Amino acid sequence: MTEKLDAERLTWMYTQMVRIREFEERVKRTFEEHPGVIRGHTHLADGAEASIVGSIATMRPGDQLMATYRCHGYPIALGTDTKKIMAEIYGRKDGLCGGYGGSMHLADPERGFLGTSGIVGQSIPQATGAGWAAQIRKEGQVVLCFFGDGASKQGAFHESLNLASLWKLPVVYVMENNNYNVSTRSDQEDANAAAGEPLSTKAKAYSMPGVTVDGGDPVAVHETVGEAVDRARSGDGPTLVESKVYRLSAHGNLIAPPGVPLHYPEHEAITTFGNREEYEAALRGDPVPRFRMRLVEEDTLDPGRADQILRDAREEMEAAVKYALDAALPEPEAALNHVYA
Amino acid sequence: MSEIETTFVKAVRDTLARAMRADERVIVLGEDVAEGGPYLLTEGLAEEFGRERVRNTPISEAAVCGVAVGAAQRGLRPVVEIMFIDFITLALDQLVNQAAKAHFMSGGQLCVPLVLRTQGGCGQRSGAQHSQSLEAWLTHVPGLKVVMPSSAADAAGLLASAIADPGPVVVVENKALYYRRETTAAEPEPIPLGRAHTLRRGEDVTIVATSRLVGDALEAAERLAREGIDAEVIDPRTLVPLDVETIAASVQRTGRAVVAHEAVTVGGFGAEITAQLQNAAFDFLEAPIQRVGAPFMPVPVSPPAEDAYRPGADEVCTAARFVIEWDQPEPAAAGPAAAQAGTG
Repeated sequence: MTEKLDAERLTWMYTQMVRIREFEERVKRTFEEHPGVIRGHTHLADGAEASIVGSIATMRPGDQLMATYRCHGYPIALGTDTKKIMAEIYGRKDGLCGGYGGSMHLADPERGFLGTSGIVGQSIPQATGAGWAAQIRKEGQVVLCFFGDGASKQGAFHESLNLASLWKLPVVYVMENNNYNVSTRSDQEDANAAAGEPLSTKAKAYSMPGVTVDGGDPVAVHETVGEAVDRARSGDGPTLVESKVYRLSAHGNLIAPPGVPLHYPEHEAITTFGNREEYEAALRGDPVPRFRMRLVEEDTLDPGRADQILRDAREEMEAAVKYALDAALPEPEAALNHVYA
Repeated sequence: MSEIETTFVKAVRDTLARAMRADERVIVLGEDVAEGGPYLLTEGLAEEFGRERVRNTPISEAAVCGVAVGAAQRGLRPVVEIMFIDFITLALDQLVNQAAKAHFMSGGQLCVPLVLRTQGGCGQRSGAQHSQSLEAWLTHVPGLKVVMPSSAADAAGLLASAIADPGPVVVVENKALYYRRETTAAEPEPIPLGRAHTLRRGEDVTIVATSRLVGDALEAAERLAREGIDAEVIDPRTLVPLDVETIAASVQRTGRAVVAHEAVTVGGFGAEITAQLQNAAFDFLEAPIQRVGAPFMPVPVSPPAEDAYRPGADEVCTAARFVIEWDQPEPAAAGPAAAQAGTG
């Protein structure tokens, strides 16, 4: 059964949310503070911290997850060293994946993080396959499969949900619905959204439960995903959880030729749709301060401790940036490694 | 060593069964595999190993291939079947962007010990979407290995090595070879990937042929022998990794080469072999290397049209004669071989 969240666990969850937020802030700041250190694509998880942490808090040792290219948050919550993650994003030899993956392709299989796909929706079949392996092994493992709302328009999503439901695979499909496919809004590209229905409606087509949850509330996410995990673990098959989040940064950093400084543009609500009020409302509902306020109001978390958590996270991420900047770049010859196992 | 009479499909099935008996991580999945599939290639596996390890799937090539990738990453040894190579378009993202890159992108942390079996080839009036030879697409992707057996014995030995390989291997069979009778070892040894097989020794011209064209090349060599041309026939067996040393050593000796496959000549893997041979044997070449392949068009259905389309022993003979006659006092005009080897 889903774990009851005591003060210690809630504080752990808050701590992970703060760590993810502070990490992403430092990735974003890298573009201005250390121009040229990151050249490729980065996609930030700010705004999705509650959804990520609420979901991961349901995992047991041995459980696994797969994700998309917006992937920094998961390993942070799983306990991967943030120094290694930042060094990977900076393309360093001592990065989590030796500089072969970068921001979009983090993986830490020892902690259950089976990797990502930069091709939208295409990690969904692999997560489904990991669920199949767990079913065959009969060791009671569950796989969390994270993807965005846009991925649910890929054939791989539909094929996988059909197959997982048919085979009753222990997979929980967590759709982080941030309402934007880069600069196209969901109601412009999703039939359910256009009809005013939740995207979890898609589960109906595959005869599995489909639930929509406030992805800004880690306790609600934990409860909803937890029920789905229980269902998966007991052999009753997959669930589609639509977790509604608001990403607080643009889809990704500006992409430009070498030499042109990169930065994070404003959110597409403003740049594409001219809707500054929508974005500012999202900021007012920011899940990280919202959870802090709730824990403090409920006397679960002492404000002094909350401040300390933030200071610790900032210190940790400062150290991660320093480590990553100082870390060596790979030798050019190393580029040829790992093509074949 | 005891021998048995077998066919290509039986050899593949027996190899799968041996691998599944030896290692419970080996599983088979694909459309209709538990029922044997359209060629009855997996017939009997579900009865011996159960329907969990021999898993029928929905008609969802992307998900099926992706599920196999995910299961492989979690330590199973899936052998996934894509019924016709023509359908591999639907699974290409999982092969090209996922299976081929997981090990690399993770800095070596992830492994995908996956075998994808499929079959191509024309000659059965199956039309433009069930007859293609698309292996060249896969050879263009670093991270994938690509195997093309031309006999039952090689099919068994190469598949055994593919299953044991720590990375993704695509085995491209040819449906025209499926029911030919052949005598093989009862317990075939694994054949290492990346080792070419010289099937016939010869001094005048090297014919490099893949899959179905290997048999045609041997037939062509018999015909050429009656004309006094002594042809060597080499089957690379695996396209990636390619045993260019064996092929180049032969061409350095014969000075002439024909590269033959069933796929469309343009952009076919023969172009890669030809380019590598030019580098490895340029100073030894007495004639331009000739390619034999299909014309640049989809596979037609109607028997006379398909038969005209389908490259075989005739085209190999023509190409071999062309390279032999190249430095004769009056060289043949750039005739039929060049036309065949060009855009068809």
